[in-house]
Amino acid sequence: MGLFWKRRKKDEIITLGLGQPVEERASPVAEEARPIEDSTGALGEEPPARSSFSTSVLGLDKTIEELQAEEAALEQAFASRFRRAISATRESLSEKLDSVFQGRKQIDAELLDELEEALIAADIGVPTTLEILDRVRRGIARQQINDLAALKEAIKRELLEILRAAERNGVASETSVPDDIRPYVMMIVGVNGVGKTTTIGKLAHRIKAEGNDVLICAADTFRAAATDQLAIWAERTGVPLIQQRQGTDPAAVLFDALKAAKARGTDVLIVDTAGRLHTKSNLMAELEKMRRVAGREVEGAPHETLLVIDAVTGQNGLEQARQFLKTAGVTGIVLTKLDGTAKGGIAVAIAKELKLPIRYAGIGEKIDDLVVFDPEQYVNDLFE
Amino acid sequence: MFESLSDKLKRTLKNLRGEGVLRPEHVDAALREIRLALLEADVNYKVAKDFIARVREKALGQEVWQELKPAEQVVKIVYDELVELLGGTSSRLVFTRQAPNVVMVVGLQGSGKTTSTGKIALWLAKNEERKPLLVSTDVYRPAAREQLKVIAKATGQAIFDLPESNDPVLLAREAVRHARDYGYDTLLIDTAGRLHIDDQLMEELVQIKTETRPVEILFVADAMTGQDAVRSAEEFHRRVGITGVILTKMDGDARGGAALSIKQVTGQPVKFVGVGEKYDALEPFYPDRIAQRILGMGDVLSLIEEVQAKVDRAEAEAQLKKIQQNEFTLDDFRQQLRQVKRLGSISKIMKLLPDQLLGSIGLPNLTEEQSAAIERELKRTEAIIDSMTPEERADHRILNASRRRRIARGSGTTVAEVNQLIKQYVEMRQMMRELSRAGFFGGGLRGRLMRRMMGVTGASVSDDGADGSPEVAPPAAGGSRRKKKRRKKRR
Repeated sequence: MGLFWKRRKKDEIITLGLGQPVEERASPVAEEARPIEDSTGALGEEPPARSSFSTSVLGLDKTIEELQAEEAALEQAFASRFRRAISATRESLSEKLDSVFQGRKQIDAELLDELEEALIAADIGVPTTLEILDRVRRGIARQQINDLAALKEAIKRELLEILRAAERNGVASETSVPDDIRPYVMMIVGVNGVGKTTTIGKLAHRIKAEGNDVLICAADTFRAAATDQLAIWAERTGVPLIQQRQGTDPAAVLFDALKAAKARGTDVLIVDTAGRLHTKSNLMAELEKMRRVAGREVEGAPHETLLVIDAVTGQNGLEQARQFLKTAGVTGIVLTKLDGTAKGGIAVAIAKELKLPIRYAGIGEKIDDLVVFDPEQYVNDLFE
Repeated sequence: MFESLSDKLKRTLKNLRGEGVLRPEHVDAALREIRLALLEADVNYKVAKDFIARVREKALGQEVWQELKPAEQVVKIVYDELVELLGGTSSRLVFTRQAPNVVMVVGLQGSGKTTSTGKIALWLAKNEERKPLLVSTDVYRPAAREQLKVIAKATGQAIFDLPESNDPVLLAREAVRHARDYGYDTLLIDTAGRLHIDDQLMEELVQIKTETRPVEILFVADAMTGQDAVRSAEEFHRRVGITGVILTKMDGDARGGAALSIKQVTGQPVKFVGVGEKYDALEPFYPDRIAQRILGMGDVLSLIEEVQAKVDRAEAEAQLKKIQQNEFTLDDFRQQLRQVKRLGSISKIMKLLPDQLLGSIGLPNLTEEQSAAIERELKRTEAIIDSMTPEERADHRILNASRRRRIARGSGTTVAEVNQLIKQYVEMRQMMRELSRAGFFGGGLRGRLMRRMMGVTGASVSDDGADGSPEVAPPAAGGSRRKKKRRKKRR
């Protein structure tokens, strides 16, 4: 735990065996990592984080215990940033809940109605909300829920259970693919304007910062200036980019990128795709084709297909997920723009209906504003 | 758009039909369903609540119409309220004599501001005879200014830029001067996407506003936005005072309830709707029509307007004469196909038609694949006609076997397909002769165009054969007429 990317680059890194590639990599990576220090520093937790980054990201000079402590500290720093980012979310829902609970001594129908509104206001959606409340009502009838605190806990438990169940359903991740299969291919898909390109920039940065060779494939050959935008991100992160002229078949760009990744011995290949509405069948078919191409070149690829969902998305998000799951075989969700006031509750509905786990959360515009989504924290923070 | 909501309402209200008396519990049952449907359409929960309260009050109140059944009465109340909630009557951009008129486009990241800015420029140039100038003040997002430049070029509109400047306010100010000096009467300012809680960037908008004194500030909202739409719209409105809303990505299947919410909390109407990635995929927003669609009455009026804008009236009249004289040639047929194509995709056209009409021609709920198939069919048909000589197009009777073989080769089809097309054409011609003889074309341009439209699409669908809807076209015309009468009565 603690590491963003759990798949190690090479065995040598763990065993401290051959320093040569590591040393080369260490200094630029340390450079890159500096923004992380700055932002965590603002929280007054910089000492542990700084020490790990100032020498080697991979912590080759540390004992296992020290490393673990640092990871824990780092984790905490990210946790508090994550919490701060969704605090807007928390405020609204928590305030709402507080006002619901305020001045009440017992649970009555009116209270439950207001609870229903609070959950719906978070975009959790009608069916999911009704189901949660149904269970709560049953609990009340059976006298298992007797006071407001218990009611709060019960709702929390229901939400958490939904998110956990989705994870239990199987999270496609770097740890579930044998190490000898390289590159690990991630495809990023979604409708227009949800933040795919930005997410890719951040993903590439964080995976690279932990000592992996990353390559980005610019397969959004449709939108004007999309590749330019990605190129700027690639430059910022120092990750190579495979691109072609606008209008090229995206599957062809992907093919080139896969070849290049294999030739270079790249660890992770991140594939950008053009934004597309899930109702356009021809564009969805294009994704299918890309999957086929990937699967032919690398066993099991794409190993992970992430659907990017904007936190402001309403109930249409569920239909998006359904369609992308059907044609693009989505394995998880990235919930972006959580730093606004939107609650991203649709992700809960998606987790419930389609059993798709939320993998990452976008919490700002900076390069390291992407964190591993933690269901427990998300739910807790909504209520505390 | 709004399909599911209209389905839901229809289903609920169907249950209400047949009740002799409108009893409170029936109203409540219907309203409960309507509330859930509104919530699922992402209408803000407070807005939905108010809406339901108003409808209930009216439904249970004194207002009783002699000529309506109770169920119809609820429909009418819901419909009226919905129209009111959506913004009363249609609203256009309001221009003054000031030069230039500045239009600012603002919104959250990824809502579609840049694309919409380009679309509005094109729309104003085409429909309002204005001379627009574009400027991007998005100095933050990589390649954002480049994107607007590409769009300006593609739409043939003028764009202003100071490549060396990274100051949004300066860019806006200089663009105003440029517009004034060079006689552009409208300046469209594209702004960077920003979160409504980003104080600094919101302040920047205020500065641009103070500097340029815009006549319109349009808030771009994604149709897929959920409950949070209210919050961001409210904040944008509080800070800069928006004058209207552009609802984007309505070509998806989002129900766009956000439109209702935004109207409600800001008091500002939706002025345009974005319905596709092409630059002419922008439509004025008509609340009454959308409300009709929600209630399953379809959006015939919208379609008619599109037809009128795109089909040359004179051409239509000339063709009508030909039809009446039974001189409807293959040339005319091809002309029609092209007109249909100019309207946009089949699925878009189908969405505009009322369900009853679609049902009566055996085309209930075309899937994306099906309409794509129809479009392919249309293209093929056009290719076949394209491969004919002018003489052949003028008189199909000279098409012998050898000519048909040549046409098949030329169009990349088979002789069987050519035969099929000619057969369809002959049937269509026959049908039109009968219709014109029956005086069917006296019902105004609107009805005429409607029926011709359906004639064409109907013919190409019947080609699918397998679906077992061979004689589609004639009932189509009949159905639309019956439908029209029925709706009139209800009003």
